[in-house]
Amino acid sequence: MVIFDNLPLYLEAFLQTLALLLLTIVLALPLGAVIAAMRISPIGSLRATATVYTEILRNTPLVLVFIFCFVVLPILGVILPFMFSAVLALTLYTAPFFAEAIRSGINGVPVGQAEAARSIGMTFGQTVTLVVLPQAIRSVIPPIINVMIALTKNTSIAGGFFIFELFNSGRRLVNENGDQVILVLVGVAAFYLLITIPLGQLADFLERRVVIRR
Amino acid sequence: MDAPGTPLVVLDHVNKHYGDLHVLNDINLTIAKGEVVVVIGPSGSGKSTLCRAINRLETIDDGTISIDGQPLPSEGAALAKLRANVGMVFQSFNLFAHKTILQNVTLGPIAVSKKSKAEADGRAMELLERVGVANQAKKMPAQLSGGQQQRVAIARALAMQPSVMLFDEPTSALDPEMINEVLDVMVGLAKEGMTMIVVTHEMGFARRAADRVVFMADGRIVEDTTPAEFFDHPKSERAKDFLSKILTH
Ligand SMILES: Nc1ncnc2c1ncn2[C@@H]1O[C@H](COP(=O)(O)OP(=O)(O)OP(=O)(O)O)[C@@H](O)[C@H]1O
Ligand SMILES: [Mg+2]
Repeated sequence: MVIFDNLPLYLEAFLQTLALLLLTIVLALPLGAVIAAMRISPIGSLRATATVYTEILRNTPLVLVFIFCFVVLPILGVILPFMFSAVLALTLYTAPFFAEAIRSGINGVPVGQAEAARSIGMTFGQTVTLVVLPQAIRSVIPPIINVMIALTKNTSIAGGFFIFELFNSGRRLVNENGDQVILVLVGVAAFYLLITIPLGQLADFLERRVVIRR
Repeated sequence: MDAPGTPLVVLDHVNKHYGDLHVLNDINLTIAKGEVVVVIGPSGSGKSTLCRAINRLETIDDGTISIDGQPLPSEGAALAKLRANVGMVFQSFNLFAHKTILQNVTLGPIAVSKKSKAEADGRAMELLERVGVANQAKKMPAQLSGGQQQRVAIARALAMQPSVMLFDEPTSALDPEMINEVLDVMVGLAKEGMTMIVVTHEMGFARRAADRVVFMADGRIVEDTTPAEFFDHPKSERAKDFLSKILTH
């Protein structure tokens, strides 16, 4: 059967998808946290910068961001390895989604918490990192994992840009096994599910673990 | 340390508007070191806004507020430092919901004053002892009664060794049987010479502990006198009217 015959190829592609996913999370999550902090900061120019960035990236198709990183940047003289460009595109695109997820969680923390923190002399940074974010975590986890699940699927765009990940492997296998298209695609889907289903379960688990009573 | 009697908190021609509403109308108020001032007045008269302006949780439109001779800084590290010197106790306690009682009291000393954990713990336990909740140190805020939470909030503010404490209706969210345990802590503080600005309608507290009563109405200070004088011989119609209402219900 086509799936088992091509298992090494699938695995190679799966690992590439996983690498795209993990590298993007590692970069986009902190970037998203910074953007979220900028959006609630007392400094107007930071708020404006973060808002504009968020709105532009969230409303641009991911393919355009990829084209920017793979076509426009080289024209401007910035030549990066393909994998680097792909992670850059995914990071730029995903960070604002993380930022919005974090911001909605932050908005759920009563303002009195931040006021109490400020009233004992905490700086804005301390208020956010020591008091607000730790309490926002619980309500932030489900939307953040949703962003990760969307990101998992979005990594497939990289398949159109020279990265041999799951979607690309599916395309190649379809070309080589025209008679078994459905099976090839089932195999691809199964590998995506291998990532997204555990993510969903992780969300449930963490949500139950990190409970803050009021 | 300056002697009691030197001005500590000075508000000079302070004005603030919310749109058309003139919430603080030409407020002039000087509070001396060691003084306990009760602020009283009808709902919406600007008492909370006054309190919050003093540690700059609210900005003012014009006038100046200074503490210990220093005008309030507008933002940044200088403002944070000033806030550490002005303790604030809120109506709704606002204990950090994700921290234990002990951590609520030590977080400021550790994060802001850069004290060692051991030193902060030791001092926090003394303060919790003093407000009578040392045996709750390991619990989370939600496990405590309102009265206990408010006493922890007082300990949290004291841990920063502030030179003035602001209280905004500290007992009005409490069940009646818990009000006195909080007021007793506050009276104790007053007796020890803490400078305090207390928004409260608790006349018993005002008579027992306050040096002055400031009566506000419509964003203005209408009377500024001793508790006995204010409660027994109010001068303005507004104050008479207000007192008749809080006394009859
Ligand atoms: N953020 C705000 N925006 C607009 N108006 C506000 C805001 N905060 C307070 N106000 C208004 O300002 C006035 C004074 O409010 P403040 O909270 O200082 O009154 P208060 O004397 O503390 O009243 P209470 O006894 O009800 O606590 C009120 O009319 C209130 O509605
Ligand atoms: Mg009020």
